Amino acid sequence: MSEQDQSPLYNNHLINESEQHVFKLRLFITGASPNSSRAISNLKDICETHLRDNYDLEIIDVYQQPLIAEKEQIIALPLLIKKAPGVERRLIGDMSDTSKVLRGLGLHTEN
Amino acid sequence: MTKSQKKQQLNIKMLPKTPTGISGLDEITDGGLPMGRPTLICGEAGCGKTLMSLEFIVRGATTYNEPGVFMAFEEKAEELAMNVASLGFDLQKLQEQNKVRLDHVHIDRSEIEETGEYDLEGLFIRLGYAIDSIGAKRVVLDTLENLFSGLSNQTILRAELRRLFGFLKDKGVTAIITGERGEGTSLTRQGLEEYVSDCVILLDHRVINQISTRRLRVVKYRGSQHGTNEYPFLIDEDGISVLPVTSLRLEKDVSSERIPSGIPALDEMLGGHGFFKGSSVLVSGTAGTGKTSIAAYFANETCSQKKKCMYFAFEESPNQIIRNMQSINVNLKQYVDNGLLKFHASRPTLYGLEMHLVSIYKLIKQFRPDAVILDPITNLITVGSVSEVKSMLVRLIDFLQEEQITVMFTALSLNTIVSEQTDEGVSSLVDAWLLVRDIEANGERNRGMYIMKSRGMKHSNQVREFIITDKGLDLVDVYLGPEGVLTGSAREAQKLKEKTGVALRDFALSRKDKEIMRKRKMLEAKISNLQAEFESTEEELNKIYIEEDLKQQIIEKNRDEITKMRRGFEPETKIRRKK
Repeated sequence: MSEQDQSPLYNNHLINESEQHVFKLRLFITGASPNSSRAISNLKDICETHLRDNYDLEIIDVYQQPLIAEKEQIIALPLLIKKAPGVERRLIGDMSDTSKVLRGLGLHTEN
Repeated sequence: MTKSQKKQQLNIKMLPKTPTGISGLDEITDGGLPMGRPTLICGEAGCGKTLMSLEFIVRGATTYNEPGVFMAFEEKAEELAMNVASLGFDLQKLQEQNKVRLDHVHIDRSEIEETGEYDLEGLFIRLGYAIDSIGAKRVVLDTLENLFSGLSNQTILRAELRRLFGFLKDKGVTAIITGERGEGTSLTRQGLEEYVSDCVILLDHRVINQISTRRLRVVKYRGSQHGTNEYPFLIDEDGISVLPVTSLRLEKDVSSERIPSGIPALDEMLGGHGFFKGSSVLVSGTAGTGKTSIAAYFANETCSQKKKCMYFAFEESPNQIIRNMQSINVNLKQYVDNGLLKFHASRPTLYGLEMHLVSIYKLIKQFRPDAVILDPITNLITVGSVSEVKSMLVRLIDFLQEEQITVMFTALSLNTIVSEQTDEGVSSLVDAWLLVRDIEANGERNRGMYIMKSRGMKHSNQVREFIITDKGLDLVDVYLGPEGVLTGSAREAQKLKEKTGVALRDFALSRKDKEIMRKRKMLEAKISNLQAEFESTEEELNKIYIEEDLKQQIIEKNRDEITKMRRGFEPETKIRRKK
């Protein structure tokens, strides 16, 4: 599992295996800031394209739950935490760099 | 800042300040850090940045009732709490009381993928929440630069940092940001000083001659006066103490009160009353001349008057001094036991000169003695140059005079010729200078003492012989004989010689007296003899007179008888007429 996590680019064959797991994703945003809005739409696009019906996305507004910021060690926002499958992985930014998002999620990239 | 300046500034609105509670730092910064603004503390690894900022938080919470948030980017909260437990800071308890909030920020580049535009709103929310939850007035971000290692987008980071400082100012918290010292002349690696423009404090940790000293300098402090020098500071069991060592003023109070030295004969030499209170006394001399004994006597005298005395020993251990002084009838133990006398023994090489000064300051501030003894200052030269020692002692004397503490230094002079001029260069600073020296003559060594100087009082210009006996110290007048100054047995010999002279003279006198007596007796006898002779001559002469008289009477009688016989009555009437 860690192999898949650390070197997803070179383990394209593992994609089938990972697809069997449900992706648990948590996206932390800050209200309706431009970055947050972009992150939501970008992430939704990616999920719909690559993980259709195989993901569980939770969107949390940190403004509403400030305590969670400390608990989850949040510094930069928007932040996407992939809880499963595999090792927890953190992605920050507005998710505009699709290939990086896919790499972060452990999905293969097409290049 | 002088008083008049202070008054002027009071009229204008001054920059409000937050006291740090760190001893000494508030004096340097003239009241503390700028209130409601961020301050940058930078320095190399291990120079005490974290500790200083943490003490700022803890002191705020405990002393000034200002809750604080400590955001650690390096150490975990538990680690921090453990690290400062040795200083007596109970972070756990303060957190439970909602006075302090520790927040550990963990950033690991390997865990983070950057996928586009982001901001540090998460940090802001955390910080904002932490501040609001306990009503914090103080914030520490230690070490903010770790953000740069965790996140790669410099443009975003710099923009966000600028926003962060704006945010902190809006919150009205007094903040400390720590940063690692950068290469070359830059204060921090990431140029944080660019964002913090109000107050920058630089910490430094230097090792010179294998002795390390931490120093602090206020690089900039906008809108306030501040000390500009490098000040040494000490980290010990009470936290940090900084030393604002140079007082530029020379306007301390003076006392004309006198305190005895413990040696009555020495007091006599000093115009009969001893030293001035709050003055500095230097006792210098070659090895084994009794400098420590003089110091111990002074300590003993101070304590016997129920005053406190602090003895800094740089050569001997306290027990050694106590034992040695018992041999000259000075019992220091009793005063140690009842707390009037406190010894502090440390090797000069234990730490740097400045550190010595800091620790002396601290101990004096704690103990508040009336008199201080440093024995000997010469040993300090091993950890610094003469000029450094001098500058340290200047500041020490300065401080002690301000506190009205009398200080006695002892100094070992190795070379008598040079020493008279220099003596660690303090001779010009001290108020009184006693010199004990060897006088070697007639195959024995004796001690001579004289007062080189004593400001503001009449003092003897005589060399006295300084005697150490089982009963204690004493000074005796030396003999000025034809061969020069006489001391020791030569003095005793001279005394004996004079005694003999006196006896001889007495004898001669009594002989003369007897002679006179005899003469007088003789003459008196002669006088009585002559008188007797005179009396007998007188008697002889008187006898002739009487005989003549008698003869006359008889002749006249006879003549009358004859006349009577010739004429009857006539001669009788003649005689009657005659009668």
